[in-house]
Amino acid sequence: MKISRTILSFISAIVILFSTSVTSFAKVVGDKIVLGAAISLTGKYSSNGVHTQNGYNMAVDRINNMGGVKVGGKTYKFEIIYYDDESNPKRAAQLAERLISQDGVEFMLGPYSSGLTKAIAPVTEKYGVPMVEANGASRSLFTKGYKYLFAVLAPANLYLDVAIDLAVEKNNGKPVTVAMAFEQDAFSQDVRLGVLDAIKRTGSKKVIDDKLPKELNDMAATLVKVKQMKPDVLVVSGHTKGALTAIRQIAEMKVDVPMLAMTHCDAAKLSKQHGKNSQYALCASQWHKTLTYKDNFFKDGMKYAADFEKEFGYDPPYQSAESSAALLVFKDAFERANSFDQKKVRDALAATNMQTFYGNIKFAEGGQNVDKPMVLFQVMCDGSGKCENKVVAPTKWASAKLIHPIPKWSER
Amino acid sequence: MDFMVFQYPMITVQACLDGLLLGILFALIAYGMALQWGVMNIINIAQGDLVILGGYIAYFMYLYGIHPAWGVIVSPIIMYFIGVGIYKLVINKVVDRDLFISILATFGISILFMQLMNFAFGADVVLANSGYGTTMLFDNNVTLPNSKIFSAVISIVFAIGLVIYMKKSKLGRAIRATAQNSRAAKILGVDTEKVYAATFGINAALCGVAGALISITFTIHPYMGLPYTIRSFMIVIVAGLGNLPGVAMSGMGLGVFEEFADYILGTEFRIGAVFLLLVLILVYRRFKLSRKREYLK
Repeated sequence: MKISRTILSFISAIVILFSTSVTSFAKVVGDKIVLGAAISLTGKYSSNGVHTQNGYNMAVDRINNMGGVKVGGKTYKFEIIYYDDESNPKRAAQLAERLISQDGVEFMLGPYSSGLTKAIAPVTEKYGVPMVEANGASRSLFTKGYKYLFAVLAPANLYLDVAIDLAVEKNNGKPVTVAMAFEQDAFSQDVRLGVLDAIKRTGSKKVIDDKLPKELNDMAATLVKVKQMKPDVLVVSGHTKGALTAIRQIAEMKVDVPMLAMTHCDAAKLSKQHGKNSQYALCASQWHKTLTYKDNFFKDGMKYAADFEKEFGYDPPYQSAESSAALLVFKDAFERANSFDQKKVRDALAATNMQTFYGNIKFAEGGQNVDKPMVLFQVMCDGSGKCENKVVAPTKWASAKLIHPIPKWSER
Repeated sequence: MDFMVFQYPMITVQACLDGLLLGILFALIAYGMALQWGVMNIINIAQGDLVILGGYIAYFMYLYGIHPAWGVIVSPIIMYFIGVGIYKLVINKVVDRDLFISILATFGISILFMQLMNFAFGADVVLANSGYGTTMLFDNNVTLPNSKIFSAVISIVFAIGLVIYMKKSKLGRAIRATAQNSRAAKILGVDTEKVYAATFGINAALCGVAGALISITFTIHPYMGLPYTIRSFMIVIVAGLGNLPGVAMSGMGLGVFEEFADYILGTEFRIGAVFLLLVLILVYRRFKLSRKREYLK
């Protein structure tokens, strides 16, 4: 009796072990394609991490409800395994390792931020796991020769060079003077390199080149210099805190500058926090809902924004839109590869050439999307103090005319 | 290196004024630290996190349509009770132990607070708008945000209020007695346990005031506490415990030092310069102490 019980428990242990290993060893289980993602659900990137996750989830539901992914005559549905990387690069790399070697995931979605993508990319590359990422724009991601990394977004160096071109254009094609203030992180420094390129290309001159710290909450010194040097353009990139601090102190110190261009205004909800003080600021963005790109799943930006708002209760920031686009790219690649072989899917991804509601997507050798320009929007307020972001550049997509130069504080 | 700050006298004036106004605010936080360090012999690593938490209280008032300046009154009241709560839960268990244990305990509280604030309020950078406008001086060449002036004035009012309270009130006298000699105070009938709790509460309340002011003048974020801890630590080290004019002076000095470091070395080295100064001062103090000891021998 005792022996049979031991044998029974032994067998059941094996059965349990076997059943768990079966489920965890397949990337395509039954009719499911399992994707893996490490996302920052806690820690300093948690708000943008949640935007990313909402974008992924929205696209998964939409694609699954609209017929799923057709491979080899069979229909599959997407499913995502999420882990929380705590906004920590080391943890993100561990989780990527775990997703691939323990959970058996064979296709990955990217995390939030360039820093975390940088931590994960070597892991996916080692295992030959194709990763479509939507939130790592740092130029250094695309110069390492990664074969399995694809980014649906434009690289960071393209964020603000449009602004310099625009300023030169407004100056009748003559060079301008530029003041720069950039945080010292991978992303902002890439944005800086792009601006430097644009300065060189247009023969312009940089008059201030300040670096901002990670704990930035006071940039009065930079702004005093701006007042003294009177540049034509002030460029600021320091994530949300940079955008918020710049607007607050520019208004408080009454700094007059003809053009102010920034990153991360969308995430900073600038006009909501600062109201009319944020007026006329130019913001670089990967996407804006008024752009007229189209696809079959979300129709266009306006429809996407409306559906997103209905589901999650807020206007989608570009971080969500680009995350949704990543799923569309995966679906397209699976169907063209007509296989779940990682190499074939990788090759199909590399050959991607499509339009989504988020923009055109076509990958360069390094994996970055080269077919989608950045847009610049300007914060514009009406008489009642209600502010809106209006696309002003590139002119093809513009929904409003750029106001230039910014009126002086004494005249507002 | 950039010596622009000395080339234009207006920039020099601007830097000095900015630094002084900022320094007064730092001094308020440091005063709280000096108080509880002196009374309880505890270095509170969570000081900056208490400041940020105070800032969030003002921010939430602002969100609900109340002017954030009222945070200066509400925030310290709430923070006082939070401070007393922390004391009853954690600090009373480490108050008589050596400094290392208390540093570890408050370090733990600091991490816990950061994560809890991140969890509760989200990781967004936020600020509260006071709408106070700007004061222009010297033909509009020097601009002082009124919110910074407001912060400095409120800090001074609270600091003076506290000094008077310490001198005149019964609890204030009990706190000072405990700081001088806790055993003697106990023998003479002072309930030191209560004094400790009140001291920690008062420190938290001061942090609450400072936090509300910071949410009006700068920005707050769950992970931005540490620089405030470091600054107040440094101010206290320079001034010494129980030396209030010293705290005020070294606070303002640090503010001006930071502003000039910002102009000369660049904003990226601002906090770095503070750390460097801290190391230098610690080395200098050690050197001086060792000389004193030799002399005593």
